[in-house]
Amino acid sequence: MESNMKENIDYSSYAVVMKDIVKQFPSVLANDKVNFFVKKGAIHALVGENGAGKSTLMNQLYGLYSPNSGEIYINGEKCKIKGPKDAIKYGIGMVHQHFMLIDNQTVYENVVLGLEPKKGVFLNRKKAKKEVKNLSEKYGLQVDIDSKIEDISVGMQQRVEILKILYRGADILIFDEPTAVLTPQETDELFEVMKLLQARGKTIIFITHKLYEVMAITEKVTVMRLGKVTGEIDTKDTNPKQLATMMVGREVLLRVEKDAPKLGKKILSVSNLWVKDNRRLNAVKGVNLEIKAGEILGIAGVAGNGQTEFVEAITGLRKAEDGKIILNGIDITNFSPLQIREQGITHIPEDRIKRGLIEEYPVYYNMILGKHEEKPFSENGFLNSRFITDYSTKLVEKYDVRPRNINMLAGNLSGGNQQKMVVARELDNTPSQPKMAVISQPTRGLDIGAIEYIHKTIISMRDKGIGILLISMELDEIFSLSDRIIVFFEGETIGEVTPDEITREEIGLMMAGSKNVFHSTERGESDETK
Amino acid sequence: MKQNKLYAFLVPVISVIIALLIASVIILSVGKNPIEAYSIMIVGAFGGSEQIADTLVKMTPLLLTGLAVGFGFRAGIFNIGAEGQMTMGALLGAVVAMNIGSVPSVIAIPICIISGMIGGALWASIAGFLKAFTGAHEVITTIMLNWIAVNLSSFMVTGPLAVGSGTPKSPEIADSAKLPVVLKVQASEMSIAIFIAVVVAIIMYVYLEKTTSGYELKGVGFNPYAAEYGGISIKKSIIMTMAISGALAGMAGIVDILGVPPNRFVGELSGGRGFDGIAIALIGRNNPIGIIFAALLIAALRTGSNAMQVQAQIPDDIVSIIQGIVIFLVASERIVYSLMQLTKRKKGSAAA
Amino acid sequence: MSWIEAIFNILVNPLFYQMALLSATPLIFASIGGTFSEKTGVTNIALEGIMLMGAFISIVFTYLTGNPWIGILMAVVVGVGFTWFHAWASIRWCADQIVSGTALNIIALGLTAFLMKPIFGNEGRTDFIGRVQNVKLEFLKDVPFIGDIFYDLSPFVYLALISVLFSWILFYRTPLGLRMAAVGENPEAADTLGINVFGTRYFGVLTGSIFASLGGAFLSVGELGSFGENMIHGRGFIALAAMILGNWNPVGALLASLLFGAAEAMNLQLQSSSIISVPNTVKPLFNMLPFIITLIVVGGFVGKSRSPAADGAPYEKKA
Repeated sequence: MESNMKENIDYSSYAVVMKDIVKQFPSVLANDKVNFFVKKGAIHALVGENGAGKSTLMNQLYGLYSPNSGEIYINGEKCKIKGPKDAIKYGIGMVHQHFMLIDNQTVYENVVLGLEPKKGVFLNRKKAKKEVKNLSEKYGLQVDIDSKIEDISVGMQQRVEILKILYRGADILIFDEPTAVLTPQETDELFEVMKLLQARGKTIIFITHKLYEVMAITEKVTVMRLGKVTGEIDTKDTNPKQLATMMVGREVLLRVEKDAPKLGKKILSVSNLWVKDNRRLNAVKGVNLEIKAGEILGIAGVAGNGQTEFVEAITGLRKAEDGKIILNGIDITNFSPLQIREQGITHIPEDRIKRGLIEEYPVYYNMILGKHEEKPFSENGFLNSRFITDYSTKLVEKYDVRPRNINMLAGNLSGGNQQKMVVARELDNTPSQPKMAVISQPTRGLDIGAIEYIHKTIISMRDKGIGILLISMELDEIFSLSDRIIVFFEGETIGEVTPDEITREEIGLMMAGSKNVFHSTERGESDETK
Repeated sequence: MKQNKLYAFLVPVISVIIALLIASVIILSVGKNPIEAYSIMIVGAFGGSEQIADTLVKMTPLLLTGLAVGFGFRAGIFNIGAEGQMTMGALLGAVVAMNIGSVPSVIAIPICIISGMIGGALWASIAGFLKAFTGAHEVITTIMLNWIAVNLSSFMVTGPLAVGSGTPKSPEIADSAKLPVVLKVQASEMSIAIFIAVVVAIIMYVYLEKTTSGYELKGVGFNPYAAEYGGISIKKSIIMTMAISGALAGMAGIVDILGVPPNRFVGELSGGRGFDGIAIALIGRNNPIGIIFAALLIAALRTGSNAMQVQAQIPDDIVSIIQGIVIFLVASERIVYSLMQLTKRKKGSAAA
Repeated sequence: MSWIEAIFNILVNPLFYQMALLSATPLIFASIGGTFSEKTGVTNIALEGIMLMGAFISIVFTYLTGNPWIGILMAVVVGVGFTWFHAWASIRWCADQIVSGTALNIIALGLTAFLMKPIFGNEGRTDFIGRVQNVKLEFLKDVPFIGDIFYDLSPFVYLALISVLFSWILFYRTPLGLRMAAVGENPEAADTLGINVFGTRYFGVLTGSIFASLGGAFLSVGELGSFGENMIHGRGFIALAAMILGNWNPVGALLASLLFGAAEAMNLQLQSSSIISVPNTVKPLFNMLPFIITLIVVGGFVGKSRSPAADGAPYEKKA
């Protein structure tokens, strides 16, 4: 219907027209006759759940995939985009969700890469620096042009990404989930940049699943679900609730229901913990915290502020340089991962593909990873395959891992089902109930149904008296699940709050390093003096 | 699933066929008849009981080096140094076997075999420790260890262990350490070594597929990060894998001295059989049972190519070329996949 | 202490430095070859095999034409063709690069040994076929010490040093070098900027093979004038170690190669030293020296150097 309406419209007033786009992947129809129209000079949101087909659509616009059928018009001109090179030629640029930067090269090298100013056959570094500097001043994108990417903050890395596409003369800018790694304040700054870009005549496509951001900055929204467009609407005529319903196809509970926690005795206490990162720099600098049985302690913070290293130190995957980690009165500092598991800490890792599962092993072998040495999974050095099969079959059923085939290789499961498998393994109480759970990014990349399910599971674990440490980059997740929140900044805890005494904005300030938002730091300090 | 298993079987088979075809072009290019060459080869490998015995004798160390390399691959380690481990196993085992005196064979033989395994295991462990504690890549370290072993063994047979004149060699081992012969056809003697090697293959199969420790080693091979997360010690696993792999290679070295005349250590003995192990492991898909058949194939090529060299004056180095091509094709199995797809499609369109 | 005396005598003798330079030459070529390949993200364990082909082909064509320079040219051409298989498997077919490189090593070993008989009529080692004339730098003739080292050297030595300079400039001063590094670090990012990832990788692997072939050719037509089976003797792998020790930088590779060259020179000089008079049976122990040093270096330094992030990882374009 949408396409009929626009059949006779003059495409030249549109920066982007994607018509009847079909993209078929071997197992899934990712785009099913998608129509997507973006007016010149607009900030246009493209929203949808994970797996709705947004990224697939944009990757076709950027030439990374080619559509099975359909037409693309840029500024009214029909075109075939065979690769990023073509996209750049048509003035399309993309700020990728996972930054596409060369870590050990400098900012200016990254910006000019592929389109380098030359002097004869040589690279003209002087000119390159000057051009990057001019560009960064023109668009108010402050960067240290001589620093290496690996030495600058995530926010600045994103600015480098934007400079890269501006350097290529892009007029149509695609931002793929750009706020996922930013603090609320950095997000506001990004929005300022986007508005400035709009004022300079650029067209912006903004991919997101955060609905309040849509409301804050865009003029028009296109909603996708299961590979189809479910609506296109002016932002001023809609609200988050309506958008959520369009996205998910049913009404969504935006908040998790839970009772007040029944606190038990102290389970974990961490004092003055110091940990180094892969580059041997201090990543965690003297952290103190405590967790009681039956509570969820959330850790908020921008990625890269020491959370990963903190979790790895607690779970034995990284050496603690100094400090103590005490579990139920036992000093487990620098225990091996196996010893820590045996003490009753279970761990859902932030990167499930890298850490959480073995793709080449079938589901039933993955269901015992980390418990494989314990009875009854292992008897006298041999695997008890009968028991393992029955056990996995039960777990697959209970945690709704699809398909219900324990012989399937874990690598062939969808991301959501892989995560369910990991959650099932870590939160199940065979052979013994865990005392504490360290849960990192439990819902990254999952759809809303799976998120709801995993959230409910976490709450029920808490209600069984398990102490839970929750780390998430989704501030909403931290807010809705945690009983207490600790904010990490540059490897230190910058304050402790409860979710109902603080707003997003305030916590955002803390994530950016501001200590005096609240009275909260006192509690952290009193820990030290104990 | 079934299709995958079929492909897993077909890829090495088709790779071998392609390699034989390419080798026949090379044989043609030096002015010889490949059909004649291959038929001499087949007769030379299986033409009579003597030839079959020869092939089985050759197969024994090959099966063991194949298992050594294959075991490493299963745990994510490329042990390219089976050659050196074989030499060191033979050296240590031979020294023990020379001095074991008149201890009953039931005791002497196991002691000698175990010494050989220890020799190989210790040698391989150097690379294992280096990888586990410094991250040094095993391909470089084991190659260096190969060269060191070559020089060390030639020092031993020209120096401390040397006897007689002419080709450098060690004294003969004690009679009690010689493996019992089960088949004697003219000049060919076949000892029980081949049965020992097959039993080792079966033990390795059970270990990898049924035991908890096998589960851990394979897990490290697939994804060391996840294995570490699952409480498996990567360092321990690397060192253990290297040691077991080296022990298997060392066993290959020693059974060849205990079971094959002249029952002496003659220095650089392995003649490329450590590298044969790579081809065998890959053709056998790193599966112990598959490796048994792959070892038989390569042993037949080796025996047959000797006959080919003598009767048709085609250098037996053609076997290395064939092996190299097979390794290449199995490494880039997608070439073979797409070839299969191509022929399938052609058949499909021809039928329609 | 005859040992110390012997070593001292060697160190003050210019011959030692000349031998070190000559022993380092094939390593310099090959380690630069490896660097070219790995900079763009393709591991090249086949250096040994490419060198062996280079040594063999250059001798074959010197034998056929009588001109060693034609031999060298053909060694490069065939070397590039031979290496193309590794590049093709690694880049186009996402092969396991270590295994594919090993395959090339084994094929080179078999092919050169196989072709010895039909071409030269004998096995093992060929007769003297011919070699490239040394360059005599007349102005150095009477300079003490320096002149003794540099007056009379193979042109390959200078070619190796020029290769270091050339590749350093290419890597660090040209857009192509920037792109090669980008492809080796993060091919996906390079791809999104319209850089041809596959093309850059082919360029890296194949250009690298030119250097590795030259390294092999040096050993035959540059030095001995003959070819012997398996004559590379692990130098391809030592060159890999030099590449790692040199931190994937051509100047670093040069210095590391010189270190390994010095170890080899010391080994040879000690064996022939009249002061300690090494018996024949003990010589094999001296021959272990370069390999032991390599082992120690690889073990001690590998954690401290930083390999290209995408080294050895195939890049697959999305659908």
